[in-house]
Amino acid sequence: MTARAGVVRASWRAGSAVCAVWPRWFRRYSATRDPIQRQQDGFMRTSEAAPPDDPAGDQSVSPEALVALRGDMLRFARLQLRDAAAAEDIVQESLEAALRRASTFAGQSALKTWVFAIVRNRIVDHLRQSQRSVNLSSLGDDDGAPSGDEQLDALFNDSGRWRAAARPAAWPDPEASMRSRQFWRAFEDCLAQLPPNTGRAFMMREVLGFEPAEICERMGIRSGNCHVMLHRARMKLRSCLERAWGPGEGRSC
Amino acid sequence: MLNCREVTELCSEELDRALGLRERMALRAHLMMCAGCTQFRAQMATMRRLMQAYAQGDAAGLGDDDAKDEGSAPR
Repeated sequence: MTARAGVVRASWRAGSAVCAVWPRWFRRYSATRDPIQRQQDGFMRTSEAAPPDDPAGDQSVSPEALVALRGDMLRFARLQLRDAAAAEDIVQESLEAALRRASTFAGQSALKTWVFAIVRNRIVDHLRQSQRSVNLSSLGDDDGAPSGDEQLDALFNDSGRWRAAARPAAWPDPEASMRSRQFWRAFEDCLAQLPPNTGRAFMMREVLGFEPAEICERMGIRSGNCHVMLHRARMKLRSCLERAWGPGEGRSC
Repeated sequence: MLNCREVTELCSEELDRALGLRERMALRAHLMMCAGCTQFRAQMATMRRLMQAYAQGDAAGLGDDDAKDEGSAPR
């Protein structure tokens, strides 16, 4: 009886010691995880925020200001749809919608943000309406086998560690790059270089905020391949950006 | 023990789904020892930030002249 009580007491003591350590460990761990999580939350919120849909409008937004954004809108839509005609239609509709709803827009500084939200929502609607917008025959040309990607073999050795020349180094401050036209031009070029289906899936995820399960379903591919596709897109975009930014100082594992 | 190649996959997947406890612990254990993968993870976060900015139209405007030849076909 007393032996049993001793064991219980000992295990209770051990348990409380774990409890005392756990929160500290967990806090430290969460701190490292937070930045990505926070970004993700913000991103889901903004991508789902629809601009107010009020058909009555005055002309507080000048047509000239909108037309000046047309080129940016068109490239933006093309990169996501990989279909020049559909992109053209969506941009046209978005411009017309923006003019109709001009009264709901407040503040010239955010005109592009507002118009891009309209374009994004139209693209989401387009993708959801056109069942199987992807022609399945084109799946093979960029995203066939889930393994054997030469690009990945160039980065990692046989035991799966970074090759010396490929080890990631710190990137320059993105805030500074984001103010540069030249940077955004290179960025769009990098996005355009993604193979069509990989690019479409990636943009659905990162620009439109689709859940991976829905991306798979819309593109008619198995769920495992969806993560593979998104991962490949990130690896490709990363390599391209690294070239754009120039090689940094290599680090060892 | 995860290798770098597997860790990069996890770094990508954590942007798409919540990782399980076991995955998070394995990831953390690797990142503590590997500067390359730690940089990689930071780069993934930067890319997400850039994509969000791009999605919201924060990209510096390039105007109309580039609209003709870009975006419709991969090179």
